[in-house]
Amino acid sequence: MATLLQQLTSGLVLGALIALIALGYTMVYGIIQLINFAHGEVFMVSVFGALATYKWFIPQSWQGTWQIALPCMLVGAVLVAVVLAVLMERFAYRPLRNAPRLAPLITALGVSVMLKEFVRNFFPGATAAVSVPRAFVDKAITFAVPGGTVVIQSTGILLVVVSIIGAVLLQTYITRSRMGRAMRATAQDPDTARLMGVDPNRTIVLTFVIGGALAGLAAVLYGIHINTVDTEAGFLNGIFAFTAAVLGGVGSIKGAVIGGFTIGVIKTMAGQYFPGGTEYDLVWIFVLLIVVLVFRPQGLFGEPERVRA
Amino acid sequence: MLTRIVRTKAEKGHHVRNHTVKAAVLVAGALLLAACSTNKTESGSGGNNQSCDQSKGTLVIGVIAPQSGGLSALGLGIKNSAMLAVDQANEKCAVPGYKLSVQTEDDQATAQVGAQAATRLSSNANVVGVVGTLNSSVAQSVQPILKAKNIVQVSPANTNPSLTRGTDYGTNPKREYANYFRVCATDDLQGPFAAKYLVGKAGKKNIAVITDGKTYGEGLAGEFKKEAVKEGAAIAAVAKVGEKDTDFSGVINSIRGSNPDAVYYGGEYPQAGPLSKQMKDAGLNVPVMGGDGIYDPKFIELGGKEGDLATSVGAPTDTLDTAKAFVSAYKAKAYKDDFSAYGAFSYDATNAIIGSLAKTLSGGTAWSDGKRADLITNVQSYSAQGATGEVKFDQYGDSTNKLLTVYKVSGGKWAADETGTFGG
Repeated sequence: MATLLQQLTSGLVLGALIALIALGYTMVYGIIQLINFAHGEVFMVSVFGALATYKWFIPQSWQGTWQIALPCMLVGAVLVAVVLAVLMERFAYRPLRNAPRLAPLITALGVSVMLKEFVRNFFPGATAAVSVPRAFVDKAITFAVPGGTVVIQSTGILLVVVSIIGAVLLQTYITRSRMGRAMRATAQDPDTARLMGVDPNRTIVLTFVIGGALAGLAAVLYGIHINTVDTEAGFLNGIFAFTAAVLGGVGSIKGAVIGGFTIGVIKTMAGQYFPGGTEYDLVWIFVLLIVVLVFRPQGLFGEPERVRA
Repeated sequence: MLTRIVRTKAEKGHHVRNHTVKAAVLVAGALLLAACSTNKTESGSGGNNQSCDQSKGTLVIGVIAPQSGGLSALGLGIKNSAMLAVDQANEKCAVPGYKLSVQTEDDQATAQVGAQAATRLSSNANVVGVVGTLNSSVAQSVQPILKAKNIVQVSPANTNPSLTRGTDYGTNPKREYANYFRVCATDDLQGPFAAKYLVGKAGKKNIAVITDGKTYGEGLAGEFKKEAVKEGAAIAAVAKVGEKDTDFSGVINSIRGSNPDAVYYGGEYPQAGPLSKQMKDAGLNVPVMGGDGIYDPKFIELGGKEGDLATSVGAPTDTLDTAKAFVSAYKAKAYKDDFSAYGAFSYDATNAIIGSLAKTLSGGTAWSDGKRADLITNVQSYSAQGATGEVKFDQYGDSTNKLLTVYKVSGGKWAADETGTFGG
């Protein structure tokens, strides 16, 4: 029982991270039908952004005070992510907006390689993994459960809480606000939306900004929870997030969040209880993906509900 | 959608071409940037000694080691130490008539990239020998390529026993690669040495074993398990982590139930450091022990905690005079990177090649492909006092120097705890 609950807890923490990144994939896909493979790298670069903020922009005497360090890192990471996402949209994807789907997809892969190599070459020490400080309450919270204890880091709790709040706020924004309506309209039919006075460029940039900001948020939480980052960090987390978006139905916000948590929990559960153990946990994630896509090609919350961003 | 239907065919064709070109340029640019960061070739810097006769040209010692990625701290140490040895040889006119230089190939710690690196080096007639690789798994793909050209290879760091003595190394040792040597002790000594220490001296009786699934980690952990059981400990749990994983909570939870009093990790520091930290975070505050792959300052930086242990090959570098000379020469060169766990071994490996080359070309003979067999024979009989102790090879190409040391994290640094050999 204790092991089950412990694995569930770990799965939820991992899932919360995946969900935050998955939102960026799903929003961009919803509005311009582009799988932005460079999104995982935006996340990775923002972790380095947070680290750079901590190292070079926060006075040494304040580094130990997380109430100051964490907000600063957050601003740094989100700033890096948003600037990167906007530049990417402007210079890599906008010129290709009317091109066949393959061109922006290849471009996305190119941007991803470029960002990885850029960080590796120009961030001091990034040729290998670097450590990120735990700029939060460094405390594990232990709960007594039948048959043992469940331990969760305070950073893990923060990750889950922020992820859920972020998703709810985003959903409210998309469904309630004026800009949210413009985004949904552009997603449904860009040309008609334009006839109704919606500026598609502005709407698309905003989508990238929101996706980037969420990646920046995820980056800081990842940094303080995992405490290490290398240039490959965007790859596996990006793949997980992309899978979560597909699983939940690309374009659906609810789907991305549920997909993220599902993958997190499946990974830890499969490592514990499925044949093959931790060696095969990734296999089970993709088995699940295949099974879902066979019966619901649009993903869990794909077409019927259509909460596109 | 409407505009797309109305658009004429010609217009469409133009758009397609235009955009595809832009995309192609972007991708090409990205790949170029990637290419720039690898395949760096450096010659030994301070090697232009005017008093030496270098009229016959330049001979190259290849280095195959990771220069990028998670293991680059070890790989850069290997490269710099090889360059140090070459620089010193050039200053001393070690090889009459020739200037020596180093060509470094990045294997990215992957077998496939390592094979490409070996192919590139073996196509160069001036490459006399290769120092490398770091990873045993990469060595497996490099060995046959270098053997085909009869190029001598001396590894500073491969510890998998099957590389020299074949797959049945325990019962029926057989040497497959006459051109392959190594200057470090192997896992079948290192694993059991660690087990003896952890069970016998540290008194751990319920040990969990985690590996990364690579040749090195699996080999080391396998040998460790055998000896630990023989010593009377129980293997509490066995688990595996992914090479690209950063969140190890699943693995940690799965071993936590068995209440291990220590964890043996077969793998390298990029995973081991965070693993140790995340174990502590999850309330499993027991020491992590590993092999030479985690014996690096980076392990501690990435989360290795007080009391964690590592075995490494050779005696601690501060106990031998030859080692002290190496350390001070390395420091004098002011390389950007630390010499790391294998720097001294790389220095010895490079000197073994240089020394044997000097013997092969003594009397002023010129280098040619025909000399390769002589060079291998001379490496086989090479014997000298190096930075890691005596450098000498047995009939399988293994080092005769079987010294091992246990290091412990203490005060945020690795400190030598016990040096010895494994007998049995």
